[in-house]
Amino acid sequence: MGRYIIRRLLWSILVVLIVTALTFLVFFVIPSADPARVRAGRQPTPQLIAQIRHQLHLDQSVPNQYLYYMKRLVFHFDLGTSYATQSSVKSGIFSRLPVTFSLAIGAVIIWFLSGVFVGIVSAVRRRSILDRVAMGGALLAISAPIYWLGLVSLYLFDDTIGKVHIFNAFGTYTPISQSFSKWLGALILPWLVLSASFAAVYARLLRGNLLDTLGQDYVRTARAKGLTEVRVVLRHAVRSAITPIVTVLGLDLGLLLAGNTILTETVFNMQGVGRYAYNAIQGSDLPVIQGTVVFGTLFIVAMNLLVDIGYAFLDPRVRYT
Amino acid sequence: MTPLLELRDLRVHIPTEDGVVRAVDGVSYTVEESRTLGVVGESGSGKSVTALTIMGLTKASGAEITGEILWRGENLLEVSEKRLREIRGDEIAMIFQDPLSSLHPFYKVGKQIVEGIRAHRDTSKAAARDKAVDLLDLVGIPDPHKRVDQYPHEFSGGMRQRAMIAMALANDPNLLIADEPTTALDVTVQAQILALMERLQKETGTAILIITHDLGVVAEMSDEIAVMYSGRVVERAPTAAIFAEPQHPYTLGLLGSIPRLTDDREAELVPIAGRPPSLINPPSGCHFSPRCPYVREAHTRVDPELRAVGEGGQHTVRCLLTEPTRRAIWRELRAGGSPEDVRERVTLESDLPPGSEREPASEQAAST
Repeated sequence: MGRYIIRRLLWSILVVLIVTALTFLVFFVIPSADPARVRAGRQPTPQLIAQIRHQLHLDQSVPNQYLYYMKRLVFHFDLGTSYATQSSVKSGIFSRLPVTFSLAIGAVIIWFLSGVFVGIVSAVRRRSILDRVAMGGALLAISAPIYWLGLVSLYLFDDTIGKVHIFNAFGTYTPISQSFSKWLGALILPWLVLSASFAAVYARLLRGNLLDTLGQDYVRTARAKGLTEVRVVLRHAVRSAITPIVTVLGLDLGLLLAGNTILTETVFNMQGVGRYAYNAIQGSDLPVIQGTVVFGTLFIVAMNLLVDIGYAFLDPRVRYT
Repeated sequence: MTPLLELRDLRVHIPTEDGVVRAVDGVSYTVEESRTLGVVGESGSGKSVTALTIMGLTKASGAEITGEILWRGENLLEVSEKRLREIRGDEIAMIFQDPLSSLHPFYKVGKQIVEGIRAHRDTSKAAARDKAVDLLDLVGIPDPHKRVDQYPHEFSGGMRQRAMIAMALANDPNLLIADEPTTALDVTVQAQILALMERLQKETGTAILIITHDLGVVAEMSDEIAVMYSGRVVERAPTAAIFAEPQHPYTLGLLGSIPRLTDDREAELVPIAGRPPSLINPPSGCHFSPRCPYVREAHTRVDPELRAVGEGGQHTVRCLLTEPTRRAIWRELRAGGSPEDVRERVTLESDLPPGSEREPASEQAAST
């Protein structure tokens, strides 16, 4: 088990190194304004540009620059400075992280619970009207793009512009430390919109897996032992069917924390990490793009590692291979 | 005395997209207290479906189940799901063909045994665990204290089947149903598992219903054998009688397809020609007639019923040939004749035995 974890850990570090090297390279390959000139202000003297270039180590070879970059990243978690705002990318990300975290984690809880519930009911009552309605609804939810669903939900339920005034969802995010009820009120609609398609995918996935495991020999054994049907389904069939879904969950959460909440944040005008990256892409703010990519990679790799280790706990057969 | 288990005209008809599958089509047999019944037949003969139906595990398939399953006189087809659950794993336990896929891969072996105990007995986890260790010891698993905390994939095939047997015996069942318990195992391990089951039967007094496609497996263990074909019992007799004076051409075929140590090494095994019958559109008349080497024209019209052979009524057979003819066929086969030769030599009566020209109403319904 220890060796397994160490092996996964080393792989993760390698992945991070490769991603940072690639994003760094892209940084150089993409043609853009000379960073030193950008920082030097209007009508700079050549000396000033040269001085800044020296400060930023731009006069050094590319591998050396990568070393400087990695040194700052590893020891200070320094992701550079935004062209647009001249502020640190690190603080830019960290100040927006609570928004993205609140959005992603709330949505994960909602879609996991609802997806699992619907999946189990659909599988156990397969081909019933309930199953057909649930799976039809799931197809709709998967097909509806987040930006469309977001706009429709705002149109229907928003406090100011909606038909029925229920949620004050548009651009009203309040930190949980200031007001729990305002935080909750601003997040419910984004949560539902973000989790809809995920919940649908998970429900379909679990239903399929569960139909498979319900037909397994060990489920027949469980029934032959005289266990109650609830126990047979939950402890034996669902236990096996849910394992692959838990691993997908880890990866999906990693992706969201890495900024894949971009559409939801944009529709609901929330200042999260995804929005930060979105603005940077629009303004060609390379350090921010690079910073958010590296930061996102860390999350994805970390979640991946957690999933691998978690899988070994969920499926004892993995530990020995 | 009421027998432990008695099946009366059990039918399990499963609707599918292609039509109704008559998986079990009128099966009757009995299992007496502490005795062993061997049920023999090829794949699709309905022997496993019968067993699963006894356990109440075919209801979910939407099958139409008729007849009677009398468990100590109580019809299991009429009892509540709750009562059925009480019986399952407590009074009647079952082991299956593939012990690896029959054990849950994510739970420790001991935990799976404990779960079965605690489903029926109000015992603490610790006490149930102690019992699990004892059970593993009983079925001959070495080092049971360590094994109880291992996962199924850490067991060998034979050990897994021993663990399954331990799990089945956890609540001292009155009947153990073993569905092809040795089919997935190596030959040497097969013998060990059969010996184990015999020993445990002596020690615990449980009755055994053993299902197999291999006559050799049941030869030693069973007190009685029922041969199944096309969802029915075609011959039933005490074990010695099945081997000494088999009656049904299908049983003769089964016996002809197993090698014997006393045979000439050059002697060829005789397979049963043809394929198992469709259970959706069974052949008209005798279901075995398309594959029977001794078939007469009339046999494709009349469906035989189980009839007693000889004295005592312990030996029954579902065949339209007369008893002297069947005996003559068996004599010739034992003398080394191939089914084709035997067909030439034995004068087959062209007509049906008296009293069999009566088509049962249910069969007319079946052929439409």
